[in-house]
Amino acid sequence: MIDYLQRNQELVLEALGEHVVLALLPVLIGIVVSLPLGYLGVRFPRLYQPMVNVCGILYSIPSLALFVILPVVIGTKVLSPVNIVVALSIYTVALLARTVADGLRSVDRTLTDAATAMGYRRIRRLFGVELPLALPVVLAGLRVATVSNISLVSVGALIGVGGLGALFTRGFQLFYAEPIIVGVLLSVLLAGIADLLIVLVQRALTPWARLSAGRV
Amino acid sequence: MITFDEVVKVFPGGSAAVDHLSMELPTGKITVFVGPSGCGKTTSLRMINRMITPTSGRVLIDGQDVTAQDEATLRRGIGYVIQHAGLFPHRTVVDNVATVPLLLGSSRREARRAALEVLERVGLPQSFADRYPAQLSGGQQQRVGVARALAADPPVMLMDEPFSAVDPVVRESLQREFLRLQAELGKTIALVTHDIDEAIKLGDVVAVFREGGRLAQFGTPRELLERPADAFVGEFVGRDRGFRSLSFDTADSVPVRPPGDAAEDGAELVLDPAGRPLGWLGPAVGSPATPVPTGGTFSSTDTLRAVTDLAISSPVGIAVRVGPDGAVDGIVRHHDLVDHLASRRGRSGAERTA
Ligand SMILES: Nc1ncnc2c1ncn2[C@@H]1O[C@H](COP(=O)(O)OP(=O)(O)OP(=O)(O)O)[C@@H](O)[C@H]1O
Ligand SMILES: [Mg+2]
Repeated sequence: MIDYLQRNQELVLEALGEHVVLALLPVLIGIVVSLPLGYLGVRFPRLYQPMVNVCGILYSIPSLALFVILPVVIGTKVLSPVNIVVALSIYTVALLARTVADGLRSVDRTLTDAATAMGYRRIRRLFGVELPLALPVVLAGLRVATVSNISLVSVGALIGVGGLGALFTRGFQLFYAEPIIVGVLLSVLLAGIADLLIVLVQRALTPWARLSAGRV
Repeated sequence: MITFDEVVKVFPGGSAAVDHLSMELPTGKITVFVGPSGCGKTTSLRMINRMITPTSGRVLIDGQDVTAQDEATLRRGIGYVIQHAGLFPHRTVVDNVATVPLLLGSSRREARRAALEVLERVGLPQSFADRYPAQLSGGQQQRVGVARALAADPPVMLMDEPFSAVDPVVRESLQREFLRLQAELGKTIALVTHDIDEAIKLGDVVAVFREGGRLAQFGTPRELLERPADAFVGEFVGRDRGFRSLSFDTADSVPVRPPGDAAEDGAELVLDPAGRPLGWLGPAVGSPATPVPTGGTFSSTDTLRAVTDLAISSPVGIAVRVGPDGAVDGIVRHHDLVDHLASRRGRSGAERTA
């Protein structure tokens, strides 16, 4: 296996890099789209339930089906990595929009009320009080989205788009176990590292959250 | 001065929470809103900073209708303290306290400096500044809550049951400190409580609310205790209001005798070389071998209530007065006290008819 890695270093690194981009770009897009969506679901309570329903439906579409349908819907080439990015962004949004809304809803009303009474206006209160307090919930959702994206990228290999999944297809085509093993290991490792990084970020951003646990 | 002018609040689908409320909260004084649960105290309080909008009527601060100002600006000029403090768990103590100065546009540094100053004011050591609220006791959190409300030095403070979530001992010390602070700061304060004792203790004036959001009586604690407006107020201020009203007289009005007069009651006060009381001897306490402790002393600045309490709880029915140096300078016998209370009652009765 070491041998394989040495011989195919470039190929593997390229696959890894591609994998990271294909998995994390949708996470970024997802965050940017989910924050306002989730906020709207809280600001206008009537929107919350419909939003949760739509998110649930989107999330339940099988990934392979989405990869195949998307080119038809948005007019991309079948083999375009854009399909993967769009599909995974949809999953991320489906997961995170609800998480953001639930996170914001979990913020103690007496605290938002106190903030208002102290002279916060709505937007400043959102960024100064509500989002920071929702952060533990949001970051927990982000972990799930990130890890699931990393594994979903591999599915993309089935329709011929790169990432570490390409190593699987290659292995199957060549009846050769090593690329498959390397692909699986790296993908698991990547998911583990990403997860760990988010946990570290979480600790750095919300040192208070662990203190408050168990005390109200 | 905060003025309620015929204020009515009806919540959607409810009966009146506040019903034609008119009163004036004096500048620089503590006005306590007290009354049974659900009688509209919080609602009235929150109409001052526009957290609740009256259905009709007006609330004015220094003659200006609160609705005339932008609401966020108005609120930044009004300190706000709630039960359980309501501190932001994601901010350290100093950052919690710096909240309003920051909203008002102070730089981070200025805001933190102001915060540290006010923390010291409320008696919290610097070492607490960088803790999170979850690392504080309930009493400490409440202090931070008061500090947070004071940080921008607002002329008006609203406090909704600020001391009710802590145990009685801590509450007592918070109340004492609060009065000390207010003596220094002279804010115009509206404070809500459902505890009549707290109202009597803290209020310069007290507004007693009754069911349906109506004002039952508005007056000084003394007026409330000695001249309740009606049976509801009389009942609400409690059965031992006579005893409590003794708090309004100082002990210097009580007739004091020389310590030797205790012999008439069959007791002898034993003193140490500095003249401080060691305890009672003699037939009144069963002539023990060692003096029986007096159970406390008073000085002329204490209240009549303290003297009465001492006389009742004393093993010989005698309260002991001491001077500034702790040396005994007189005694008050039970009988003399009763006579004094009786004459006092005659006097306040005469005042009432006058
Ligand atoms: N947002 C609201 N919507 C509907 N009714 C309300 C609302 N807020 C308060 N009320 C009602 O108005 C009345 C007065 O409530 P308020 O909170 O002012 O009472 P309170 O005197 O502060 O009582 P407590 O001592 O229990 O805090 C109550 O009957 C309450 O149910
Ligand atoms: Mg209340």
